[in-house]
Amino acid sequence: MIYCKSGGCTAKLGAGALSRILSGLEKSSDPHVLVGFDSHDDGAIYQINDRQAIISTLDFFPPMIEDPYIFGQIAATNALSDIYAMGGRPLTALNIVCFPDKLDLNELGKILEGGNAKVLEAGATLVGGHSIVDEDIKYGLSVTGIVDVDKILRNDTVREGDVLFLTKKLGTGIIMASRQVGDANPEAVKEALGSMTTLNNRLLDHIPFEWIHACTDVTGFGLYVHLDEMLHGQYTAVVDGKALPCFDDCRRCVDSFYLTAAAQNNRNYLGDRIRFEGGGFFEEEIGFDAQTSGGLLFSVSEEHATQVQRLFPCWQVAKIIPKTDVSIIVR
Amino acid sequence: MKQIDARKKVCPIPVVMAKEAMETEQEIQVIVDNFVAVQNIEKMARVKGYACSHAASGEDYLVTLSRNGQPDTPAAAQPAGQPVLPAECCQSAGYAVVINKEGMGQGDPVLSKKLLSAFFFALTKQDILPAVILFYNQGAYYTCQDSPLLEDLRTLEKMGVRILTCGTCLDYYGLKEKLVIGGVSNMYEIVETMAAADKVIVP
Repeated sequence: MIYCKSGGCTAKLGAGALSRILSGLEKSSDPHVLVGFDSHDDGAIYQINDRQAIISTLDFFPPMIEDPYIFGQIAATNALSDIYAMGGRPLTALNIVCFPDKLDLNELGKILEGGNAKVLEAGATLVGGHSIVDEDIKYGLSVTGIVDVDKILRNDTVREGDVLFLTKKLGTGIIMASRQVGDANPEAVKEALGSMTTLNNRLLDHIPFEWIHACTDVTGFGLYVHLDEMLHGQYTAVVDGKALPCFDDCRRCVDSFYLTAAAQNNRNYLGDRIRFEGGGFFEEEIGFDAQTSGGLLFSVSEEHATQVQRLFPCWQVAKIIPKTDVSIIVR
Repeated sequence: MKQIDARKKVCPIPVVMAKEAMETEQEIQVIVDNFVAVQNIEKMARVKGYACSHAASGEDYLVTLSRNGQPDTPAAAQPAGQPVLPAECCQSAGYAVVINKEGMGQGDPVLSKKLLSAFFFALTKQDILPAVILFYNQGAYYTCQDSPLLEDLRTLEKMGVRILTCGTCLDYYGLKEKLVIGGVSNMYEIVETMAAADKVIVP
């Protein structure tokens, strides 16, 4: 399989450029649209009756790994994640495929097999798709899910005093960059691939819905930009840089300057809205690192914070304080 | 001043090329074709303590890095009790190690490769490290991707040992894009380095 220059979520368009374009689009006034693109959430929500709403989301990207089956699994895990980040359950999925006509179709078969395996694991059904001939491989899914209207998890509803937890380690962009320069630690790669193919479907099985004030999944914009979106200009988050969970080899990779363009784009997007008061270069880079199929980032009140880690494997990464001159302070 | 063309290369490759070039140079100029690569090189320079400036050149950018009289971090941060480079302790040019073929010695290829791996591991444990390791002819494979020696070479490089690979050899074997550690050298420099060394070890 053709190895892609910047695979996975590192291939995402910058958040700044995107919001400028989206703000120019005329908005619909359909009252059934509970969450649309104007709110920077993970997926769109459309209410279908008194009780329920459907969640629509779509994600696709170029390969970040040569193994087609694993790539399929990662792309599907990543696409399904938006449904979970909104508190929903996936129902159906459609394949999105770009594939060069000169390549072996068996490769494509393996990609789709990997994707389907994750769709089935999620309890959803693959119901179709669309394929076009393209110069490079790209794959992903459009997923439709369902959620009770009173059980929607939004990303912009954090409250003052909240504590934020992250359910997966950071560093998929850094580890994949180390492979690109031929200096990867096989153990770290294995760990990162395992993480990228782990569904984000278990959070609500273990943490009561009522505890979770806000939730998003951490993907291409990295921890800091996704966190900034959660604050929507109303609060400041204080991040404990030393507590950020990451794959074992990340520190060595950052020391070797395996720096991606995506991480720098994320840094440029936040600009001076983030301030580093402690920690070193590593604590900066790891929080900007673009995650492919990253974990859920969710907030609970201080009262529940002590119990969260006993109920579900996750890491405490930040606290919400009243708004200061910056959006994020890393200590 | 050494010029490095990192156009059409995607990060982190331009950063790594710049970092590795600065291991043997006082000042370099890197050409990149996007501003994010400039910013990534700037970050590396900030951490390493290099002076860094950039200028637009048509659609590309020229990034200039210089040591500015500042020592590189590995040497500056050399903790006590660590192995020392001969050049630091006794004002000599130190010794050079030359790797010019696959494996160590003559004999069974499997054994030869094992011996060379063992040699490099032992080399990392020496109290007095070589000043430079030269790779040429088939030895050039060892500084490229998939080299079994990379881990030890990185350790040696971190401790300040210069690693140089013959550019003609990289070209000849089609390895130019695969080099992952150390700098590229030419015959003039190889001759000079060998001549200046206290001794040359060819395992």
